[in-house]
Amino acid sequence: MTPFTTLDGVAAPLIRPNIDTDAIIPSREMKGVTKAGLSDGLFAGWRYTEVGGRTPRADFVLNDSAYAGASILLAGQNFGCGSSREHAVWALAEYGFRAVIAPSFSPIFQQNCLRNGLLAAAAAPDFIAELAAGVAAGPQDHRVHIDLAAQTILGPGGAEARFDIDDEAKEMLLHGLDAIALTFRSLGAIEAFRAQDQTRRPWVYL
Amino acid sequence: MTAPKTLFDILWAEHLVSPLGGADSLILIDRIWLHERTGAVALRGLEAAGRKVLSPGQAFCAMDHIVDTLPGRGDATLMPTGTAFITATREAARAANITLFDIGDERQGITHVISPEQGVVLPGLTLICPDSHTCTQGALGALAWGVGSSEAEHALATSTLRVRKPRTLRIEVNGRLGAGVTAKDLALFVLSQISSSGAAGQMIEYCGEAISTLSVEGRMTLCNMATELAAFSAIIAPDDATLDYLHGRPFAPKGPDWDRAAQYWRGLRSHDDATFGRTLSFDAAVVSPTVTWGNSPQHAIPIDAFVPTFDHVAHYDSRESYDRALAYMDVQPGVRLTDLKIDAAFIGSCTNSRISDLRAAAGVLKDRKVAPGVRAICVPGSTAVKRQAEAEGLDRIFTAAGFEWRESGCSMCFFAGGESFGPQERVVSSTNRNFESRQGPGTRSHLASPQTVAASAIAGRLADPRLLDA
Repeated sequence: MTPFTTLDGVAAPLIRPNIDTDAIIPSREMKGVTKAGLSDGLFAGWRYTEVGGRTPRADFVLNDSAYAGASILLAGQNFGCGSSREHAVWALAEYGFRAVIAPSFSPIFQQNCLRNGLLAAAAAPDFIAELAAGVAAGPQDHRVHIDLAAQTILGPGGAEARFDIDDEAKEMLLHGLDAIALTFRSLGAIEAFRAQDQTRRPWVYL
Repeated sequence: MTAPKTLFDILWAEHLVSPLGGADSLILIDRIWLHERTGAVALRGLEAAGRKVLSPGQAFCAMDHIVDTLPGRGDATLMPTGTAFITATREAARAANITLFDIGDERQGITHVISPEQGVVLPGLTLICPDSHTCTQGALGALAWGVGSSEAEHALATSTLRVRKPRTLRIEVNGRLGAGVTAKDLALFVLSQISSSGAAGQMIEYCGEAISTLSVEGRMTLCNMATELAAFSAIIAPDDATLDYLHGRPFAPKGPDWDRAAQYWRGLRSHDDATFGRTLSFDAAVVSPTVTWGNSPQHAIPIDAFVPTFDHVAHYDSRESYDRALAYMDVQPGVRLTDLKIDAAFIGSCTNSRISDLRAAAGVLKDRKVAPGVRAICVPGSTAVKRQAEAEGLDRIFTAAGFEWRESGCSMCFFAGGESFGPQERVVSSTNRNFESRQGPGTRSHLASPQTVAASAIAGRLADPRLLDA
């Protein structure tokens, strides 16, 4: 997984509350048994003029050339609610997003981000609005800077905020760690725990 | 004396393999469910990394998300690429030696319907599934939560997950639900009160008289919509009703193992003086049949109410989101819900498709007809539910009223590219999500209980099931 250290990127605002994973990647766009090929379906319902089509809607932020190459998404509260589909994160990542900044996230979506090297950083709504306003002056030149080690977000107008992230999540992102590989180090402890547990709760083990 | 603990704290401690230094802990996972939407991707991901399922006996797989629900179905699907998901999942599940409830198997059905039905979920277990409505199974006293595909791979490979301990939220519902008011109405009521991010990341324990007097199936409906509150999950302490429900189920323990398990399960409850992160109390008596008017499950109001003005939702919604919801749903503030004509009615999904749901809806439909022009569909939650309903003659009540009677599956709860309700069609639905285009591009969904769906199908407009005989 690609480590996440610092990011200096174009930030695209899509500041609505409760953007669900059906909106991020409609189920009809999940056509194959694969994690790839999803970026064209990202926000398909809002991004294109018709269902299944690929004609861009002029009024959607990702179709505005000013935001070309966006790698940071500015969003509203409870981002990623709804279905647990990890395809939402795969689609965002494949499109080029490395970070989403929102007041809050669905817990499943946030965990899915972590497992794919995306930063889901929580920030106050006012700060996000300030970032969006700063970016609007010219998104390509007015970039947002994220420093994961320092846990800071710096806006183009000088707006700065610190975000919370727990130590393990931070380490995993900074070093691009694979969770399964890490847990395999504890396999002995897991097997020992299971053996002991089986004498206590035999009905659990099928 | 040890400190008093919540039920969640007790289960967390019992499954704690080891702390991981930071905020995360390594938690033992007792049951893993997969389904054909994401199961093959997870199993292939494991295989590609040269990893194996650590305990295949504790993993299960359902065919529910993509499979057709039309009579005579097979592997072919109305969803253009659906067959590939079905065959890939079947092959991967067989190769991994996971129990598969396949198409044509009498045990087939929606994961969160068949898991309790088969006794796969049990009180005190940890259970995960790459499906957000896994919280449904917390109704049996299990610690059950939805995850993504990567987490499913992790659980398959290691029988554990690295989890950050959520805060606890106790939701106490006092008194009893009124006649004609269901667990679904209560779930929608709670959403209307605390919003769709009202339990963000938290572990809910539902308790109180209204919960203990709910049927086990009703508890599943209530817990099902915890994810709509952005919760980590929800749980209800097991009681005699839970044990009665599980006794004799195929994967439940038998004989002396049952006795031993039952004794343990009876002790699974929050200590009287346990401290929760937060506690909320509601009075069940104030809950009416509840229906959504907008595009978020929090947009829920009593069936006899009017679409609210922005002032009424400003505490949890933005103006833009409120205006979008009005425009998408083609409703105006001040419009009476019961004045909204419907084009379709749907009974099904992991929220409301169990035998008690079908009995309740059939009770409304008996000797009545669906209004002309209304397309009405009933999709039983499992093949076993379907068989039971047919044995009771419920299917004939549904079909005589004008409902389609389907094979089981997730069906039109969501649009995957196959069947859908049409653009601008107004659907009253016993499902869990009224998001834009969830049930089809441009489709307008109103969430409601099975009784309300049935009453509305008859009236041809949103209708209060309590008033049908008036």
